[in-house]
Amino acid sequence: MKYNIGALIVGLLFAIGLGVSGILQPANIIGFLDVFGKWNPALLFTMAGAVGVHFITYKLIRKRKTPMFSKDWFIPTRQEITPALVIGSLIFGIGWGLGGYCPTVSVTSLASFEMRPLVVFVSIIFGMLLFWFLDKKTNLKSKLE
Amino acid sequence: MATEWIMGLVGGVVIGIAVSLMLLWNGRVTGVSSIVYGVLVPIKGDIAWRWYFIVGLLLGGLSLQATAPELLTVELQTKAWIGSLAGILVGFGAMLGGGCTSGHGVCGVSRVSPRSIVATIVFMAAGMAAVVLLRKTGLLI
Repeated sequence: MKYNIGALIVGLLFAIGLGVSGILQPANIIGFLDVFGKWNPALLFTMAGAVGVHFITYKLIRKRKTPMFSKDWFIPTRQEITPALVIGSLIFGIGWGLGGYCPTVSVTSLASFEMRPLVVFVSIIFGMLLFWFLDKKTNLKSKLE
Repeated sequence: MATEWIMGLVGGVVIGIAVSLMLLWNGRVTGVSSIVYGVLVPIKGDIAWRWYFIVGLLLGGLSLQATAPELLTVELQTKAWIGSLAGILVGFGAMLGGGCTSGHGVCGVSRVSPRSIVATIVFMAAGMAAVVLLRKTGLLI
């Protein structure tokens, strides 16, 4: 139960952080990506804050034998740069720029009860299911690894 | 303008604390696309905590909506089909690329993972190109 409540608290905190940083307003994401137009660097500070904190805590936390509520670590260990990684990130980035929503923001923004986040969220789910379907049919991902 | 930067930094620190707690407590990376995907295409015995996390995100969103609704303003207006296309690309791309802004951008970059650093550079560059495209075609209002 601690495990689940922990995840809930992390989700809640994460959402608050997104709100404070301004990322829940898609105009700010587009503004950050608009380097050749009206660039808004605020998101750079958000990245610096998040990565700055976690860069330090990551090392400290990994000194422990195990996490507090689990027997094992679940940390990706792969190193190689694959076509799947690059092509997938490219597709993700185009969508991110076009819409101003990443998956985290789309979920949190559902709380605004506005139409646009809902449209984007449903489309993200559709995109994930499309991936699942294509991957199952064609082994797309393993071919690109 | 200066307040925007400070708020950006403070928000980032809160996000950094959140993902650190996920690691300290559950030993996990906070990769939101993978967490959502694990609910859609369920992995047996690994589902409950994902729902709790998603509910946490929603509760956080609702508390913001109740206290500072301006933080959730959708000022940006593009055609609905662009939002839809954007979402499909985001969902598909995150799964093919093995992560999104949270998993690669925050958690991966923090542990200096070469894969995540490459992914983050690629999706930021692609996002910048997409915004140029929106501007050039007059689709961004």
